[in-house]
Amino acid sequence: MKLSVWTYEGPPHVGAMRVATGMKGLHYVLHAPQGDTYADLLFTMIERRNHRPPVSYTTFQARDLGADTAHLFKDACQDAVDRFKPQAIIVGASCTAELIQDDPAGLAETMGFDIPVIPLELPSYQRKENFGCDETFFQIVRHLAKPMERTARVTCNLIGPTGLGFRHRDDIEELTGLLSDMGIDVNVCAPMGATPADIARMGAAHFNVLMYPETAESAARWMERELDQPYTKIVPIGAGATRDFIAEVAAITGKSALIDESRLRQPWYAASVDSTYLTGKRVFLFGDGTHVKAAARIARDEMGFEVCGMGCFNREMARDIRKTAKDYGVEALITDDYLEVEEAIERLQPEMILGTQMERHIGKRLGIPCAVISAPVHVQDFPARYSPQMGFEGANVIFDTWVHPLVMGLEEHLLHMFREDFEFHDDAGASHHGGQAKPRVVEGDQSPTPAASPLEFSDQKNADDNVIWLDDAERELKKIPFFVRGKARRNTENFATERGLAEISVDTLYEAKAHFAR
Amino acid sequence: MTYAPTPPTGGGCRTAPVLKERGQREVFCGLTGIIWLHRKMQDAFFLVVGSRTCAHLLQSAAGVMIFAEPRFATAILEEGDLAGLKDAQDELDAQVDRLLARRPDIKQLFLVGSCPSEVIKLDLAKAAERLSITHGPSVRVLNFSGSGIETTFTEGEDACLASMVPVLPETDARQLVVVGALPDVVEDQMLALLGGLGIDTVRCLPTRTAADELSVGPNTVFALTQPFLGETHAALLRRHARHLPAPFPYGEEGTTAWLATIAAEFGVDADTFAKVTDAPRARARAAVSQASEALRGKSVFFMPDSQMEIPLARFLARECGMQPIEVGQPYIHDALHGPDLDLLPAGPQISEGQDVDKQLDRARAARPDLTVCGLGLANPLEAEGLTTKWAIELVFTPVHFYEQAGDLAGLFSRPVRRRNMLGLEAAE
Repeated sequence: MKLSVWTYEGPPHVGAMRVATGMKGLHYVLHAPQGDTYADLLFTMIERRNHRPPVSYTTFQARDLGADTAHLFKDACQDAVDRFKPQAIIVGASCTAELIQDDPAGLAETMGFDIPVIPLELPSYQRKENFGCDETFFQIVRHLAKPMERTARVTCNLIGPTGLGFRHRDDIEELTGLLSDMGIDVNVCAPMGATPADIARMGAAHFNVLMYPETAESAARWMERELDQPYTKIVPIGAGATRDFIAEVAAITGKSALIDESRLRQPWYAASVDSTYLTGKRVFLFGDGTHVKAAARIARDEMGFEVCGMGCFNREMARDIRKTAKDYGVEALITDDYLEVEEAIERLQPEMILGTQMERHIGKRLGIPCAVISAPVHVQDFPARYSPQMGFEGANVIFDTWVHPLVMGLEEHLLHMFREDFEFHDDAGASHHGGQAKPRVVEGDQSPTPAASPLEFSDQKNADDNVIWLDDAERELKKIPFFVRGKARRNTENFATERGLAEISVDTLYEAKAHFAR
Repeated sequence: MTYAPTPPTGGGCRTAPVLKERGQREVFCGLTGIIWLHRKMQDAFFLVVGSRTCAHLLQSAAGVMIFAEPRFATAILEEGDLAGLKDAQDELDAQVDRLLARRPDIKQLFLVGSCPSEVIKLDLAKAAERLSITHGPSVRVLNFSGSGIETTFTEGEDACLASMVPVLPETDARQLVVVGALPDVVEDQMLALLGGLGIDTVRCLPTRTAADELSVGPNTVFALTQPFLGETHAALLRRHARHLPAPFPYGEEGTTAWLATIAAEFGVDADTFAKVTDAPRARARAAVSQASEALRGKSVFFMPDSQMEIPLARFLARECGMQPIEVGQPYIHDALHGPDLDLLPAGPQISEGQDVDKQLDRARAARPDLTVCGLGLANPLEAEGLTTKWAIELVFTPVHFYEQAGDLAGLFSRPVRRRNMLGLEAAE
C-alpha cells in the first residue's frame, strides 16, 4: 500500500482512453464498475471536447458480481459495435475488472465481429497512465500497420499526440508547418486524428517523428523494426532542440536543413538587454521526463538560468533524467509523491519553479513563481489561442510563459531601491498580476502584524539550529525583496555554517552577499 | 394549518409507471462525497483504501483540485497487497499510524472502501475496530463503502452518515435530529428558523466536529434535508428514531412544507409559524419569481445523477413554471421521495437507473430547453445545441431553505440566459 495525496498520473486505462479519444472510428469497450465513467469529464471538461469519449463502460454493480459480469461485457461490446459502427475496437479492464478476471480479450474474440478486436493488457496495480497510452498505441499499430510501398514524396508520420495531452493540438500544427517548410508531408498523425484505416497505411511513410516518447516510443521501436522506418530521437522543444531536430530530419531524408527562421524571436528576446535580469535565476524543474529534459536545456542555454534541481514523475524516464541531471550538476528527483517534490522545493529555495499544475500550487504556498511546462493537465493548459511548445513558435511561447510569473527587470530594480515605499513594497507582489494591494504595516503601528508568509515559516523550519539570526540581521533580511529573500537566507546560513559562526549579524549577511556576488 | 402544499389538480407522480433501465450508467461513485464531507467535518480524515483510479477520481471529480493539504488521501493497493504477499491489514495499520502521526488534529478517521477493496473482501470493519482500540479514545475510527459497485455519487454521504449512527450514544430525550451535510451558513439559517418556531432541542447529523454532542433514541424524530439518505434513514429507524416524511426543503414551497411537517410534530401554532416564516417566504417567492423569468414555459429533462432530481423537478415545475419531460433518478425510495412525487404534476416520464445511450436518444428526440446532467455529458450536449445544467453544482452550492431559493432557480436559469446572450454560433 502506498499513501497518496495527489497523483501525477491516472491509471493505465485512462491512458488507453487518451489514445481512443484522440482517434476517430475506434471504440474502447471497458469492463469497469459504476463510477469509472468519471474519466469522461477529463475530456469533456478539462479539454472541452464536444463529444463524449468513444468508450462504453460495463458499469457493473455489486449485484452483478454474484451473477454473470461476462455477459454484461459481451452485451456492451455488441451494443457498441451496433451503435457506433467503429472500424476497430480495443477491449480491456479497469482496476476492479482486472480482479474479477472475466478476460475481456477472450470474450470479445469469440463474438465474431468482422472488425479488428484489439485486446489490451494494462496491469492497473503496477503501471500508470503514460504506460497505458504507450502500450495501447503500440497494440493498435502492431495489429493494424503493415509494411507497404513508400509514398513518392518524402513523408513522415507524427506519432505520440493523444487526447488530453499537454499542448499536443498545437504541437501537431507547428511541426506539420515546420516539416512542410522542409518539403516533407505528413503521411499520418497518430493517435490524434487518425482512424484505424489511417493506422493501416502508416507503413507508407519514410520515417516517424516521435513527438512524445512517453506515449509512443514502443510503437516507434516496433515500426523501426517491422516497417523499416527510422524515427527521430530529438524532441523539438526550444530553439536549440528545434534546430537539432531539423538537422536530424535532414540527415534522415537528405533534405536541406536551411529553413526560414524569421518567425523565431526567442533568441533575440533572451539576448536583448531587458532580459539581463534573468541571468542566473535559480530554477527547479519537474514534470514528465521529455518536457523536463527539454526545459533544462532551454533554461540554462537559452534563458541563462541556473538549474538548481530537476526531476520527473514517470519512472520510465528515470534513467534519462538522472543522466541529464548529472550534466547539470544536480541530483535528479524521481518520484510521484507530491509531498516529496514539495519538500525538495522548500529545501532548494529556487527563484522560480518550472513544473506542472501541482507545482504551481506548491509555488503559491511557498511564494515562489511558477510556470507550467508539462502534464498533468488542467483546463488552463488548453488555451483558446495557438500555443505550441514545439518548433519556433513553441520557443517564443515558452519565453513568454516563463517570463510572465517573474517580477520584471526594471520593476525588480525599483523594488530594491524603494523597498521602504508604503505601497510599492515587496509583499505587494509583481504588479502585472493583479491581486490585492496590501499596504505596508508601519513599524510602531499598534495594528496587528500580518501573518508571516508561508515562505518565512518554512525558512524558519529549515534554518540550521546551530546558527542564530540576531535581531538586526533578521530585520535587514526582511528588507530584501521577497523574490530573493529565501536565497539570501539560505546563502547566509551556508556561509555562516561553513565558517563555524554561531550567530548571524548584519555584517555576516553582507559578507555572505559579497561572497556570493556574481 | 394552511401551510400544506396543494396537490396538483391533475394528480401527482407517485403512482406513475416508472421506466426502469439497466445499462451503462454515467454517474460518479460514492467516493465523490468525500469532496464535500471533508470540508463539512473539519476534524475528520477520509482514507480511501483503493486503487490509483480512486485517487485520480478524487482529484478530478471536483473539476478543480483543493490544494490546501486535503483531509483525504488514498492508500493505493499494490501488486503485493493483492497477491497476498503482504498482509493488507498490517499494511493498513502502518499507513494509518503514519497518517495520524502527521495529522494530530484528526479526531475522526473514516476508512473508505472502494471497488477493489470490496472485490478482494478486505475487511475494513475489522480494521476500524482494531484501529479504534489502538488510537482511541482521542481518535474514532469508522468505516463505510464509497465503492461504485455499491454506491452512486451522493450515496457516499449516505453511507458515511449511516456508519456513524450505530455508535451514537442512546438518549430518551425528546429531540429533533436534522440529517444531511449542509454548508454551515445554511445550517445556521435552518437552526434559526426552527429556534423561532420554539423547537430548541435540534441536533444535526453530521456534527461539525467529533466533540459535538449527538445522541439518538426512541423519543428522537428526524428530518432529512437531502433526498439521498436512504441507508441513514434505515439506520436511524433501527435506533427507534421516527422519520418525519416531508418534501425536501428546496424552494419556498418545499421549505415551507418541510418546516410545517416539523411544526405539526412539535405542536407549533399557526400564528407562530406565520410570524417566523411570512417574511422569508415572501422574500423567497420574490427571489424565485425574478430568477425564474427565463425558465417559465420551458421544458426540462433530468438525467439521473445527484439523486435530487425528483424534488428539484417538483421545484422547477411548481415554482418556476417549467415542464419536466423526463425525471431520471439513480434509484427511487418511496419513503423518501413519495412526498415530492405527490406534488410533482403528472405528465413527465419518471425513470430509475440508466442506459445512457438510450436515454440520450430520448433527450435528443425531445429537444428539451434545459437538460440537467453530469459533467461527462454537458459539453457534448451543448455542442448538439441542447442547453445544460451540470448537476454536480447542485450538490456543491448552497441551495436549501428560503434564502437560497432564488439562487437555486438562478442555477437553472443562468445557462438558459447565457445561451440567449451569446451572439455567435459555436463553430462545432
